[in-house]
Amino acid sequence: MTESLAPHFKQPLLKTPFHERARALSQIDSFVPWAGYTTVDVFSTMEQEYFSIRNATTLYDLTPMVKYRVSGPEAMPYLNRLVTRDVAKLRPDRVAYCVWCNDAGHLIDDGTIFRMGESDYRICTAERQIDWLLDSAIGFDVQIVEVTEQIAALAVQGPTSCAVLKTMGLWGVEKLKPFEIGYFMLGAHPLTVSRTGFTGDLGYELWMEPGAALGLWDALMEAGRSRGIRAIGSQALNVARIEAGFLLPNVDFVSAEHTIRTGRDRSPLELGLGWLVDFNKGHFTGRRALLQEKTQGPRRQLVGLDIAGNKPAHNALLYTDDSGKREIGSVTSAIWSPTCKRNIALAIVDAPHFQIGSTVWAEIYLNRELVWERRMSRAQVVERPFFAPERRRATPPAEF
Amino acid sequence: MTVAASTTQSRYDCVVIGGGHNGLVCAGLLARGGRSVLVLEAGAQVGGAALTREFAPGFRVSAGAHLLHLMPADLSRELQLEAHGLEWAARGMPSTAVVVGGGGLGLGLEEAQQGLSVADAQAYAVYTARMRRFAAALAPMLSRLPPRLGTTAWADRLSMLRIGWEIRKLGRRDMRELLRIIGMNVYDLLEENFDSAALKGALGFDAVLGANLGPRSPGTVLTLLYRLAGQSAAGAAGLSQPKGGMGALCDALAKSASAAGATIRTGAPVATIVVEGDRACGVVLESGESIGAHSVISSADPKVTFLRLLGARYLDTGFVRRVNHIRSHGLAAKLHLALNRAPAFSGVDGSALSGRLLIAPSLQHIEHAYNHSKYGEFSGAPIMEITVPTANDPTLAPAGQHVLSAIVQYAPYALKEGWQSGRQRFMDTALKQLEKFTPGLRGCIVGAELLTPADIEQEFRISGGHWHHGDLAFDQFLMVRPVPGAAQYRTPMDGLFLCGAGCHPGGGVMGVAGRNAAQQVLKSS
Repeated sequence: MTESLAPHFKQPLLKTPFHERARALSQIDSFVPWAGYTTVDVFSTMEQEYFSIRNATTLYDLTPMVKYRVSGPEAMPYLNRLVTRDVAKLRPDRVAYCVWCNDAGHLIDDGTIFRMGESDYRICTAERQIDWLLDSAIGFDVQIVEVTEQIAALAVQGPTSCAVLKTMGLWGVEKLKPFEIGYFMLGAHPLTVSRTGFTGDLGYELWMEPGAALGLWDALMEAGRSRGIRAIGSQALNVARIEAGFLLPNVDFVSAEHTIRTGRDRSPLELGLGWLVDFNKGHFTGRRALLQEKTQGPRRQLVGLDIAGNKPAHNALLYTDDSGKREIGSVTSAIWSPTCKRNIALAIVDAPHFQIGSTVWAEIYLNRELVWERRMSRAQVVERPFFAPERRRATPPAEF
Repeated sequence: MTVAASTTQSRYDCVVIGGGHNGLVCAGLLARGGRSVLVLEAGAQVGGAALTREFAPGFRVSAGAHLLHLMPADLSRELQLEAHGLEWAARGMPSTAVVVGGGGLGLGLEEAQQGLSVADAQAYAVYTARMRRFAAALAPMLSRLPPRLGTTAWADRLSMLRIGWEIRKLGRRDMRELLRIIGMNVYDLLEENFDSAALKGALGFDAVLGANLGPRSPGTVLTLLYRLAGQSAAGAAGLSQPKGGMGALCDALAKSASAAGATIRTGAPVATIVVEGDRACGVVLESGESIGAHSVISSADPKVTFLRLLGARYLDTGFVRRVNHIRSHGLAAKLHLALNRAPAFSGVDGSALSGRLLIAPSLQHIEHAYNHSKYGEFSGAPIMEITVPTANDPTLAPAGQHVLSAIVQYAPYALKEGWQSGRQRFMDTALKQLEKFTPGLRGCIVGAELLTPADIEQEFRISGGHWHHGDLAFDQFLMVRPVPGAAQYRTPMDGLFLCGAGCHPGGGVMGVAGRNAAQQVLKSS
């Protein structure tokens, strides 16, 4: 923590409590900035790290996730007015994935809400939101404090993750259901474990005070030695999250508070998150606009695409046919899915072409030894997620 | 859509919150439109900030606004106010600038010729005529529904076009001049035109009266034109004083509304606006009584209406943020003096007491007075608009005695030292300033009252004690008054309307907001 006392210009990026270990393991020195911290993009190779997510156990440092503590007698009504989901239904020790919108019903951000106690919640989100959260608190008896730096966070994800945690001594962790929170001790340090993650696989997220971070890392590495534990960077996680159909802010949507051009902000209905919008719970910000949009029907929608060939359709424009005359959308995230063995993408597609089963054409540019080639590839609108193994939900998880 | 209530519950088409002049105008017009109307006034009498009350034994005064000059003549006719008891103590009242070292400068065009240099006198005639033309061009805007922003609806486009057209109709020269000056500060405008410090001070005074601005603040030409446009829309009567004070106007408004079938209840403060199924459907009084309504129309200021009576939880965050940011801190205090004789202003003809007297010796003086307020202090040498209502209406005081009513600026709502200790000090400062022009005044004071913005907030239930319910400034008028999303008298909450000074076209005892709102309510159901 002494480092954070150094003037900001001497350390423009903060180091997470796990940084020392990450630095030691990094083979290719591939670090990227994330929310003011330096974090690992790739440790060794993206492929190796990705396959550890799907076949073993991985550690991913998510300390830079912005965390807010929301407490006070009106914390629940406050959150219910903030997000589109019914927070009244969220029981203690449970987590809910939520989105929140501006007045126009356009997405500001998504995140998870943890109910840590009767009137004690934590919001985890990708971007800093204190301005919006405080303005939303006008008229509510609620306290909002940013706790990002007070909490170190580590995602432990993969089919053997439960076994690793048990080996480390977290007895009973196998009883945690998806989106459930459990409280453990690791030596003298309290450890909060939630069965949540961004991989679409079996996995947990571990929350602790920063002082306990390195001890936990070492204990996990020790416990996971025989189960192929590996630290991963953001690139591998990105492949897993696209397979799981999860959205990434500033990639699949831009926060409505940050867009400048009209028509660039997205509603939850457009992003295929209509299931998160509860019109019957009472008022929430954006409700009237969303109700109107629902009546009129969305003008575009984020969908999954299954694209012919094996070349990822990065940034591809989409057309009604292979003549490329009528543009109907564009790809936001694209990968070759190593597990599905499919060429998949997330894309924004105009009405009415976003129906499941519709065919669209993707204009893919290929760089072949510095010579660009253009290819029109047939793509089909398909259900998301692309990959959803049973083990992500199984309780208790199978022993691997 | 009925409100759950254990007791038998009354129900009206329209419930109007607040019995000030806008609430009563709105209620009167709704009742004339065939609606069943209930007005709920928190205070013991109707009037809001336009009421007459006793402030010292035997002395009565218009406790808020003390002059009527903005209410359109056709509105008074439509509501038949004279038939309902409104009488005039004075109309076409003169304005006089009190000059340092004695004397007064009459601001009427003809009187001004005597006190001014030839050049100033000529310039004054030209200036006055031009400002009148501008005011007349802007006047129709006040009684129209402001266009919504960001829509492509034809009604909104047309409304925008009409504003442009009124200005274009002035002709090329005038249009260019209007567009040149409208964003300027009044200091520069007056410096361009005149030499006389007294004239510039007096003309600049009207630009900053009741505003959070000094003469050098940008947008003060707009505030001046706005006031002139209001006067232009009101008709030819000029500054007027109802017999019995401003309260008499509201009494007539109340009688007019009652005669049309509206019910008026005083001492009935509203606690909350009731919402069911995302629609305002009634109110609950502080007494616990609940009253159902098809439409709820609030003349309370936007902050009170949205944040206290309705509640942020029924509104979107962005909207609440905008409401919260409305600048609504008042800077005007009200001074009431009970005098055992008529005040004598040195060198000023006694007949000037039947009009208004301005203490604003120069633009520089006003700017200095304003400077203090920027730092949470009151002016060391405040500026004032003074009336002696008893000069026109002796019934307000015991025989032979007088009332002096003054608007005193600048007295910032958020005074650094707090109004607890500040009140007496500011009273002394104001009296000292008055005595410079009326020597011996202190000796004839038999009673005194100072209403600071904090007192105005308390007595008239206006957040921030701002009599316009929010500054009149470029970013808070027309289609952005009080905030986008509520600038057409409708609010984001179905069934809830605004009709107070916080809406276009703003405060002053005008009644136009009440009338415009009534039209929207009638249209909606």
